[in-house]
Amino acid sequence: MGKLEVTVGKLRFERPGMVASGIMDETGDSMVRMFRSGAGAAVTKSIGLEPRPGHNNPTFTEVEGGYVNAMGLPNPGIELFREEIEIASREGPVIGSIFGGNAKEFAELAFKMEDHGTVAIELNLSCPHAEGYGAEIGSDPHKVRTIVSAVKSSVNIPVWAKLTPNTSSIVNLGKAAEEGGADAVVAINTLKAMVISPELRRPVLSNKFGGLSGPAIKPVGVRSVYDLRNALDIPVIGVGGITNWKDATEYIMAGASAFQIGSAVGTRGPMVFSEINDGLRMFMIDNGYRSIKEMVGVAHE
Amino acid sequence: MSETVMLIGKTKESNDTYTMEFNWDVPATPGQFVMVWIPGIDEVPMSLSRIGKTKSITVKGIGEASNAIHKMEIGDYVRLRGPYGNGFSLEDHNNILIVAGGVGVAAVMPAIREKKCDTIIGARSADEIILDEVAKKYSKNVWISTDDGSRGFHGNAVQLAKEKMSAKKYDLVIGCGPEVMLFFLHKACKEKKVECQLSLERHMKCGAGVCGCCVMDALRVCKDGPVFNTKQLDELSDFGSRKRDTCGRVVNLR
Repeated sequence: MGKLEVTVGKLRFERPGMVASGIMDETGDSMVRMFRSGAGAAVTKSIGLEPRPGHNNPTFTEVEGGYVNAMGLPNPGIELFREEIEIASREGPVIGSIFGGNAKEFAELAFKMEDHGTVAIELNLSCPHAEGYGAEIGSDPHKVRTIVSAVKSSVNIPVWAKLTPNTSSIVNLGKAAEEGGADAVVAINTLKAMVISPELRRPVLSNKFGGLSGPAIKPVGVRSVYDLRNALDIPVIGVGGITNWKDATEYIMAGASAFQIGSAVGTRGPMVFSEINDGLRMFMIDNGYRSIKEMVGVAHE
Repeated sequence: MSETVMLIGKTKESNDTYTMEFNWDVPATPGQFVMVWIPGIDEVPMSLSRIGKTKSITVKGIGEASNAIHKMEIGDYVRLRGPYGNGFSLEDHNNILIVAGGVGVAAVMPAIREKKCDTIIGARSADEIILDEVAKKYSKNVWISTDDGSRGFHGNAVQLAKEKMSAKKYDLVIGCGPEVMLFFLHKACKEKKVECQLSLERHMKCGAGVCGCCVMDALRVCKDGPVFNTKQLDELSDFGSRKRDTCGRVVNLR
């Protein structure tokens, strides 16, 4: 049998797919369900210092090839979230996603996340639809470096930087994260997007614009991972439109040490993780790969 | 799936409840719901009260969004997403008791039309009983209950359902209404050893099983529900006890 375990820096995961931030990860029980469906780790919903309701509905709509959403970072706040992490951590590794408005807020949130029991921190430097957060600060390499560096000095667990593709050079953002001391980068977050109703003559989402996810963005993500792998020494985690084992394999061959899944939890269901695990095992047997690691970055050779 | 469709019918069901009809030829099953966009105000989940080529929602005016829906007129456009969710599984059942509380009758109307059932419609008082005339056309029996005794059985719908289950053996009970009613209906069905399927609700955002904000325990009301069966309800610790607000904070129901 092909072995599905992967390593991201010093962290080891039994299975290569993680549930991406913002997907079935607002409660401990839903993260447990993702582990039981075959996910190797769960990245939490992005958590801030205070409870936040997010944008008004409509916050989501289907489009050809994916979804456009502008949830607006709803979350119960870092204090209340402790209980959810405790429940989820009994069943599998939890990565705490956090968002702040500046380096100080990020550092404080990361410190609390580590105390809550997460195995790593994922910095949301890429949400495209929340004013003053996410991509608004994450598209400036200087800010990325400063934030990563501040978080690194406040925690002992690995720090991952989730990058935005809404930039002229994602590689520059990746380099900034690496210089700041990041242990890995995660690419990509959603692409800034808008949907308009012709009959009603206005943007559908209450926030007007949102972020495009799903199969439509997969080639953008694969290219980003490929470029980041070339430019960086730290591991890359691939995310964006993975729906089946072939998509996952593209990301791995582009250079991803592990991958995350979001939209497909809606289109395929939570069992998308075990479907992909099964598909990867078969592919590895058929092609003589003994580990995922042997496949990482082979498209560069 | 989403589409902007035109309103083709508007019927006043009671003082505060309207049925809005539109042509939308997509497949739907009894118990499914749609997300209804009210531009500039909100987008809310609404059960389909008709599921053929002509679909409808039946809306009680309880807040800004539902009151805005009431103001819509024939010829106005409305953008819908869906139909979403797992509805009622009615195949293999021929002896069904339907129990509806208040505007919850909307969610069971397609089932009433599809199967010749016994139907209980309950409300606080006579003026809040809706769709009973339509239900009469399709049901074997329609029984009414009101909390204040102003019409039909004096008491709540669950008390009446218990009496009917004692008098006759049903192979399925389906229900929709306030959660406290459904909580006791589930209990009553357990007592009477009758299988049940109940339609629940929670605050929703995506409606498509992605964001997870409507979970009860680990089940998504929008995608794994909104209809849950006896076995699922037995295990749902959130049922009748907890929900989450729009930030994801726990709110105790009792």
